[in-house]
Amino acid sequence: MGEKVLMKGNEAIAEAAIRANCQCFFGYPITPQTEVAAYMSRKMPKIGRVFLQAESEIAAINMVYGAAGSGVRSMTSSSSPGISLKAEGISYIVGAELPCLIVNIVRGGPGLGGIQPAQSDYFQATKGGTHGDHNMPVYVPASIQEMVDLVQEAFDVADLYRTPCMIMGDGMLGQMMEPVEFKEVTKRKLPEKDWAANGLQGRKKHNVINSLYLKAEDLENHNLKLQEKYKLIKANETRYELFNCEEQCDLIMVAYGTTARICKNTIKLAEKEGLKLGLIRPITVWPYPVEAFEKTINKTKHGYLSVEMSCGQMVEDVKLSVNGRAPVNFFGRVGGVVPNPQEILMNVKELVGGVK
Amino acid sequence: MPKVSFREDRCKGCGNCITVCPVKIISFSEGLSVKGYHPATITKEKMSKCIGCASCARMCPDVVIKVEK
Amino acid sequence: MAVVFDRPKALLDIPTHYCPGCTHGVIHRLVAEVIDELEVLDKTIGVAPVGCSVLAYDYFACDMFEAAHGRAPAVATGIKRSNPDKVVFTYQGDGDLAAIGTAEIVHAATRGELITSIFVNNCIYGMTGGQMAPTTLPGQITETTPYGRDVKIAGYPIQVSEMISTLIGAVYVERVSVDTVPHVIKAKAAIKRAFQYQLEGKGFSMVEVLSICPTNWGLSPDESFIWLRENMIPFYTLGVKKDSTQEVK
Repeated sequence: MGEKVLMKGNEAIAEAAIRANCQCFFGYPITPQTEVAAYMSRKMPKIGRVFLQAESEIAAINMVYGAAGSGVRSMTSSSSPGISLKAEGISYIVGAELPCLIVNIVRGGPGLGGIQPAQSDYFQATKGGTHGDHNMPVYVPASIQEMVDLVQEAFDVADLYRTPCMIMGDGMLGQMMEPVEFKEVTKRKLPEKDWAANGLQGRKKHNVINSLYLKAEDLENHNLKLQEKYKLIKANETRYELFNCEEQCDLIMVAYGTTARICKNTIKLAEKEGLKLGLIRPITVWPYPVEAFEKTINKTKHGYLSVEMSCGQMVEDVKLSVNGRAPVNFFGRVGGVVPNPQEILMNVKELVGGVK
Repeated sequence: MPKVSFREDRCKGCGNCITVCPVKIISFSEGLSVKGYHPATITKEKMSKCIGCASCARMCPDVVIKVEK
Repeated sequence: MAVVFDRPKALLDIPTHYCPGCTHGVIHRLVAEVIDELEVLDKTIGVAPVGCSVLAYDYFACDMFEAAHGRAPAVATGIKRSNPDKVVFTYQGDGDLAAIGTAEIVHAATRGELITSIFVNNCIYGMTGGQMAPTTLPGQITETTPYGRDVKIAGYPIQVSEMISTLIGAVYVERVSVDTVPHVIKAKAAIKRAFQYQLEGKGFSMVEVLSICPTNWGLSPDESFIWLRENMIPFYTLGVKKDSTQEVK
């Protein structure tokens, strides 16, 4: 407590998960997140918990399904192509309403892509990840400290609502090192897992972990129940940061994760040139912080600029949130290229028509 | 004397019990069950020949048969 | 008069959806009888597959999981590793275990997972209407091999028990059949042995059960048993393929 440790992002996630009482880690090596598994492989056996390197990312997510369905706090981590492999398993976890943590340290895509940082899994995480009507809370930390703080949050939200949660970092956050403090966090009051299939143990009725509903009306009711859950999560668990938006801005940038940090530097550079820029930093991208746009819609002269390490994915949610009331533009670098503050500023200047 | 009872509402008329009965006393009923099958049955007369081996019960996929001895 | 044969407690009193004569019903009952006899109902957790027996989770009285196609051994691994005191079994068909699930069963076996897998082999895909399975025999007619399985195109079937037996972590593998009463009795003994070895912490165990599919074979149950005997047993030979439990410390 109060002590700061210099840690690599991937290892910090693992340590935070251990402190959040994660009992099982099932994973598979893939760059740039392998250190999460390696750290877990060293620590978990020493404290009597479960570490297993599965034969594939598919097997790993199904092991999480098993452990989570029996009421045990568990997690997996992977990177982009591995998350694609987990798609089926994630849908089953959503359908069976199981709590768990999935970590995605995003790398360039599509296909085998690259191993450098990217933010091109936004659609996969928040919209098209897998089949069926589904959502899951997706946390997008911008620092290793924030990543560590969000691990406990994600596990608790998962248990509270019976949902998988994702922490989506990028290769930069996973590989870099920053000082981290493992604070004592206020844990939420969580319900008993009386639905878990962990053996009758005197119970009269068996518990079944399942997502199959052959009768259409039953499946509709199940989906409506899930949608009610998502309404609750939207109302209670949306997180974001407003940076430098208190007064009128020339333009407000929208960015998350590593890109948000770069945008904060862009804001400093812009000030020197007499430009006032603001930043909306989503901390959850699902639920998307629509409220942030309501609060700032009248504070930006030239609308919003979505800055991403992708070809333009979050920009669609920005457009939806703005709903035609202001201009929305996009700036991005892809393939593992990380934008620098200068080029972002150049793009901003083109949009606002130069320095005042 | 061994007694075999059949749950007519569960029998699907597959005939597996009939195939394996060593004393050949099981047959399909004339009548239809509520599901439209001819359930397996042993007539009162044939029941006296039952040796209580439970071969029928062992082969039944639907736990239709109870054997008492 | 004493009751000599009745429904085991581990099998719920629910009519099943299986076709008339389908031996899934027999195999379910054998697993339930074993759970009753070993008195482990309270701590057993089963994993159902995708296939005809997808609804097995409704029929067993113990806690149950429905797993994605082929993934049951991975799900079972997650359950057993996080609950080592529980008895965990998978129940899978030939598509689930030998097609999409080959990686999962091989790795659960090689890791020596303390689970028991019941592998129901009827040489065909039942639920989806009778397509070729990895265990479909050469020359066998199915919906996707309408001229008979041509080994030049579709290759040869997999002898799963023999394949799994090559893995050190698999300590007990037996192939049985449920086509006659003596075979049914032997099948139950094998299933009981497999569960017992799990309780003794010996390693991974699998029982392959040769089964009939009258509907998709286009035969009556009677004719199906004969077909099984004449065609399946010569290729999928019965017996213990592996028992290395004596070597386990």
